[in-house]
Amino acid sequence: MSAEVHFSAKDFASSEEVRWCPGCGDYAILKTMTQTLAKLGVRPEETVFVSGIGCASRFPYYMETYGFHTIHGRAPAVATGLKLFRPELDVWVVTGDGDGLSIGGNHLLHALRRNIGLKILLFNNEIYGLTKGQYSPTSRLGTRSPSSPGGSFDSPIVAGLFALGAGAGFIARAIDTDKLGLGGVLEAAHGHDGATFVEIFQNCIVYNDKVFASFTDKGNAADAQIRVEHGEPLTFGENNSKGLRLDMGSLTLEVVGGQHSDVLIHDETNATMAQLLLAMEPPALPMALGVIHRRLGQSFETSFYAAHPTGMARTARVADVLRQTNTWSVD
Amino acid sequence: MTEITSSRESIVVRFAGDSGDGVQLMGTQFVTSTALAGSDFATFPDYPAEIRAPAGTTFGVSAYQINLGSEPITTAGDAPQVLVAFNPAALKVSLPLIADSALILLNADSFTDRSLTKAGYNEDPRTTGVLDGYQVVSLEVTRLTTEAVKPFGLSKSDAGRCKNFWALGVVQWMFGRELDTIEQWVRIRFEKNEVLRDANLAALHAGNAYGETAELAAAIPQFEIAQATFSAGEYRGVRGSDALALGLAAAGELASRPLMFCSYPITPASPLLHRLAQLGELGVGILQAEDEIAAVCAAIGASFGGAIGITSSSGPGIALKTEAMGLAINAELPLVIVDSQRGGPSTGLPTKTEQSDLYLAVYGRNADAPVPVLAASSPSDCFDVAIEAVRIAVRHMTPVILLTDGYLANAAEPWRLPDMDDYAPIEANEPQISEVSQSAKADGQSMAFCRDPKTLGRPWIVPGTAASVYRVGGLEKDIRTGHISYDADNHQLMTQLRADKVARVADFIPAQAVETGPSVGALAVVGWGSTHGALYQAVRSLGDSRVSHIHIRHLSPLPKNLGELLGGFDRILVPEMNMGQLSTLLRDRLGLDPIPLPKVTGQPFLVEELIEAIRAELPRPDVRAASSSSKGERI
Repeated sequence: MSAEVHFSAKDFASSEEVRWCPGCGDYAILKTMTQTLAKLGVRPEETVFVSGIGCASRFPYYMETYGFHTIHGRAPAVATGLKLFRPELDVWVVTGDGDGLSIGGNHLLHALRRNIGLKILLFNNEIYGLTKGQYSPTSRLGTRSPSSPGGSFDSPIVAGLFALGAGAGFIARAIDTDKLGLGGVLEAAHGHDGATFVEIFQNCIVYNDKVFASFTDKGNAADAQIRVEHGEPLTFGENNSKGLRLDMGSLTLEVVGGQHSDVLIHDETNATMAQLLLAMEPPALPMALGVIHRRLGQSFETSFYAAHPTGMARTARVADVLRQTNTWSVD
Repeated sequence: MTEITSSRESIVVRFAGDSGDGVQLMGTQFVTSTALAGSDFATFPDYPAEIRAPAGTTFGVSAYQINLGSEPITTAGDAPQVLVAFNPAALKVSLPLIADSALILLNADSFTDRSLTKAGYNEDPRTTGVLDGYQVVSLEVTRLTTEAVKPFGLSKSDAGRCKNFWALGVVQWMFGRELDTIEQWVRIRFEKNEVLRDANLAALHAGNAYGETAELAAAIPQFEIAQATFSAGEYRGVRGSDALALGLAAAGELASRPLMFCSYPITPASPLLHRLAQLGELGVGILQAEDEIAAVCAAIGASFGGAIGITSSSGPGIALKTEAMGLAINAELPLVIVDSQRGGPSTGLPTKTEQSDLYLAVYGRNADAPVPVLAASSPSDCFDVAIEAVRIAVRHMTPVILLTDGYLANAAEPWRLPDMDDYAPIEANEPQISEVSQSAKADGQSMAFCRDPKTLGRPWIVPGTAASVYRVGGLEKDIRTGHISYDADNHQLMTQLRADKVARVADFIPAQAVETGPSVGALAVVGWGSTHGALYQAVRSLGDSRVSHIHIRHLSPLPKNLGELLGGFDRILVPEMNMGQLSTLLRDRLGLDPIPLPKVTGQPFLVEELIEAIRAELPRPDVRAASSSSKGERI
């Protein structure tokens, strides 16, 4: 049977010439994605990548699956229509910080609160790449760019907190070149029923190089990253020498020794904990990575088909329905 | 007992009151019983943008006009001969519209100092002489209604709300109509509230009895309206939005595909959303999207997945959807965009009708981005036009714009029920696997872009289909492989292909016919959309053998014979509810020089004003020979 056929990572890569800048973090994400799909054993024709506009949004062209490169910011809306009508398909949405959080913020908000089963990947490089380097809604204050030569004074948004506020039932983070970490959250996202939001810290080598170096550089990683795992203590650093606990006075997280009895245990179902973790920023606190929040809720498509028990099949004929009113005959 | 029954071929009746008075309900109930009594009819609901505008004000007046009779009725009528006014404001708004010797039924209880002031009357119009010449019947509607519903112990305001049924009872008596369909409706509507059910029924019967009680109601005349002669068949009354919803569902049935209707609420398009939301059993799925852009995008996404994607809005929303329409054009996906036009620009006149989105539909997108455009001309015509729009979208794999308007959405008329067997199935271009030779495949020819040579539509290959996985999007693509292409020659080819594809639609649509009048003559009155009824009636009433009415359904591309047909007329008069958009289109596409007749008052054309305008353009018979040599020029 065809279901037995196994597709390799290579089978998921299209023949289209990849047009990202040499050294772009997107290459690493593409590679991890093809490997993950191969590992998951999914079929190319049952997988669809939908994207908006921007460097990240070229992603579907490079996947040997169905793909729809739509218009700026609207990928979640296009994908919603597709997933609603074809819930059996795996529908991935690839977006960026400008596409997803600026022009398309509204659609991202509604896809997440509706909890439609889209696997949304937001490649955050804190800059507009394709339009040549203007600051984005995630750019840090003071970012110098062609449109902010004196430094930006536009307050940035924290993508994960936006998702949490929108009611997302799955929020995860990973780093572009971290094959294990990224592969892990992609697998987890694939397995989640409902909308998933994955923020990928993606390095733009041309316009915003090393913007995440404070926590991605090998030398900083141990102290500046915390990989969260449900049910495990929130520890990090060399040999897990550090841990996070709640300061009861200020209701904020603080760093203590890894063995301290107050070190919190990660509970991915706890939205308050997710909020505290998502808000952390180096150097004061480590950057939280992995599945930060996951709770089960009924997906939008499940509710939709509960209201359409026949799965959108016709159970009546137009000829009968148009007579469901007062009619009269003329001989 | 005074016998004052008069027989008429047709009559125009208008109900007017506060937007909370239940006037629209009264109108629709009266229409149903009118239809069942065998009259032809056309209706025009005229209501304010506010849900409950301050009570008693002129801007809060809601009205419902019905033209009923035996003749072919094609408009809601020019000047009402009967007015039922629930308050002074309704009287004030309606007076300029009604016929000179019209019968006016007033709710006397509403003529208080306060409501007179609110309506802007310094003095009671019943005593100032402004009503001289009209036949005024003053009824204590509020008091008599309250009395009739007393046994049910309703609050004062709830009791007052039954007055539309009391007045309806009177009107039913005036026209000799039965109460049974209304009673049936009340029983279903108030199934869960027996008190309101019984109170409304009591008010209805009390009003009806009041009419019958000759001593009290000597002044209320009765009308006997002749029956219409309909062609044989089964009929029902239908609103444009109902016919449109059923037509879209019928198209889904003919295509054997589900319909995904994705929309965002907007006046006057929402009735379509509401109706389709009830049609799940016909394979209709609804998504109320977060905004207009999401609505069209979700419809496109559903279409990519194989559903018939439909979106709907009014002008402001259509403007927002234009970028996404370009995506559907580029991706070569079927999509129907319904535009229920309203007064504009910007928010404009949300509840008033206009035909001012023709430019937007035909020309209104960035770049060379043509789409087929069609327009419905009457409430029942919406059914056929909806099927036609889906057929074109699927056959040519293109977005299609279907124009309707606020008038059509809400107006109702009798509808001879169609036989679904009369409609051909809607067939998609199947993946033509055999047509893609191995060598072509090796050369990169994608099955998804192996277009039908006649329609230029591509196969509708959907995710889930193995061996023909492909990517598509907004970037220009190679004409054969579908891969991203910035090649200069390819863009020229693709732009030409998109234009040719829409032009090819003309190969499949019927030749333009003449609605009424000769096929050559002195004057062609050319229209499109909801003005059909008024134009038809005007040309017919005028009865001048030199004048014809031509009504265009396919606005882009135009029917192939239209240029030749219009060339047979000395002059072309184009009445439109805009500043001359079809005139521009005819000038642009056919090189004609029509005479525009614009009207943008938010109200439909009156038959009388059209007759006057047509007369003004007609040469006197003795100069006819001279004028025919100066084609298209105004004397």
